[in-house]
Amino acid sequence: MLRYVLKRLIWLLVVLFGLCVVTFTLSRVVPGDPAAAYLGPRARPEQVELVRKQLGLDRPLYIQFAYYLRDLSRGNFGESLRTHRPVLQGILDHLPASLELMFAAITIALLFGIPLGVLSAKKENRFVDHFIRLFSVANVSVPSFWLGMIFQIIFFRWLGILPIGGRIDTVTALLHPIEKITGFNIIDAALTGNWEAFWSVSSHLVLPAITLGAYSTGLIARMTRSTMLEVLREDYITTARSLGLSEFEIHFVHALKNAIGPTLTAAGLCFASMLTGTFFIELIFFWPGLGSYTINAIFLNDYPVIMAVTILMALFYVVVNLFVDLLLAIADPRIRVQ
Amino acid sequence: MNEGKSRNYARAANLIMRNPLTVFGLAIIVVLFLLALFAPYIAPYPEQGQGLSNLQERLRPPSLIHPLGTDNLGRDLLSRIIYGARVSLKAAIIVVLIVIGFGAPLGLIAGYFGGKTDELIMRFADMILAFPSLLLAIAIVASTGPSLLNALVAISVPWWPWYTRLVRGQVISLKEMQFVESARALGASKLRIMFRHILPNCLSPIIVQGTLDMGYIILCLASLGFLGLGTQPPTADWGVMVNDGRAFLLTQWWISTFPGAAIFVTVLAFNLVGDGLREALDPKIRWRFQRA
Repeated sequence: MLRYVLKRLIWLLVVLFGLCVVTFTLSRVVPGDPAAAYLGPRARPEQVELVRKQLGLDRPLYIQFAYYLRDLSRGNFGESLRTHRPVLQGILDHLPASLELMFAAITIALLFGIPLGVLSAKKENRFVDHFIRLFSVANVSVPSFWLGMIFQIIFFRWLGILPIGGRIDTVTALLHPIEKITGFNIIDAALTGNWEAFWSVSSHLVLPAITLGAYSTGLIARMTRSTMLEVLREDYITTARSLGLSEFEIHFVHALKNAIGPTLTAAGLCFASMLTGTFFIELIFFWPGLGSYTINAIFLNDYPVIMAVTILMALFYVVVNLFVDLLLAIADPRIRVQ
Repeated sequence: MNEGKSRNYARAANLIMRNPLTVFGLAIIVVLFLLALFAPYIAPYPEQGQGLSNLQERLRPPSLIHPLGTDNLGRDLLSRIIYGARVSLKAAIIVVLIVIGFGAPLGLIAGYFGGKTDELIMRFADMILAFPSLLLAIAIVASTGPSLLNALVAISVPWWPWYTRLVRGQVISLKEMQFVESARALGASKLRIMFRHILPNCLSPIIVQGTLDMGYIILCLASLGFLGLGTQPPTADWGVMVNDGRAFLLTQWWISTFPGAAIFVTVLAFNLVGDGLREALDPKIRWRFQRA
């Protein structure tokens, strides 16, 4: 077991190194001179030359790469070309908003996806099954940015019951400001008993979370259905039925327990890939999280931010994958032997 | 062996046709290809489809002369969507060809030679697979500059390892078979064995996978287009159109809604066909159908 963990950790380091190579290459492929971009359009040539020396851009590439790796390991991701403040700080400032959205989305995905998958498996090939399968495929196929807009049209423009975007309604934020404890508005509002803010925050969270969670809901439902179908064919299910256990107990206790493994791994991977989903959701719903921070950087060609976000998001994705694989290896010893 | 294969295909085709959803998906794909091929003849306003603006007719709602309305530059939305189908399909086919053209030979080499070559190629492939693909694509286009070519390359980079893995798996099981041994005994060179004997037998899973992936590639392209990182105006691109309509979302809702619906229906169709294909070709599920 320890050998497997060590092997995976070494592989993680290799992947991280590869990631740094990729981002370093991309940052040097960028059109234009990074020093000139750093200083802005009114810089004089001597100033640009000075900054080039300061940034180490006159050194050979492999030395630049070494400096790059050194900076990364110290947590120095450079400064934003727009604000000239450390990129890492900007990322950390915007992160809680995105995490709040992602947690809400994965919760919705699990709450709806798993029961739908179980029901679909139970009623295999009947109308309910076909309907749920179509719903799941639709969820997996729908472009998230479009779905968000449709929700805005339906629930804001036509029905007028939900807000169009933002994290909280401005008036409520002024009259009942939320005391910052965790950085998650919904938790902080509940913890401090600030119920007006809580309702406002909740109503603002609904549409973005559902939109972000749609893909995962479909995927989890499909995964649950296929693993449940395999489990339900096993002999111990027939035994349970012959022992007189209720259908509910058979499905939701015994079968689900054995089917949940692949579903949870899928959920873990969904969570990690939601990071890219936030780019679109936060843009459409004016949610001030990491996604909109990055999108603004892309529009303004703020390369240090783009590269830093790429590294950190990829790092997060790789680490979550590793974590999920290790959990699987603990649960299923056959994997370790491969 | 050949007779068995054609029996399998016939059975598979029969199973596919039994599933109404798969047939529906197939119909949509056929319609899509027809729209793409005959766009200049089908679109009611072909020049507007290609980008000519008509400012007198801006922001018109759906009507008899403009069935899906007009956009903010007065262009007929139906024509734009039809030309968008052409752009999306062309781009997706190019990506699939690049990805297969790069990934399949690597898989062939890795599977046939094995050993250190295999190790090296697969490690490299696994490393690329470890990154989140859309993020990598966005980072590549953001760094190299927004254009259709950069977007196509950017999407191909995270995608080719899937085909390397696929082909490698096929090759490993095929290279032990009788017909390869006979070819070797007859004195065929390694290159000839790989490309003349083994590769043709790998083609069907490659084609199936390529078809399935088309849907996701179109979605990726639309996502990049939405962020302004792909096709540039005035070329009709569904993702770009959805973004263009954002400023008018609450009043002229059709500008974003219809192109987005086109993306949705296209990806859905490919996924439905993919599901149908998988079910038809999966021996476990086939057995279940036969019992019933």
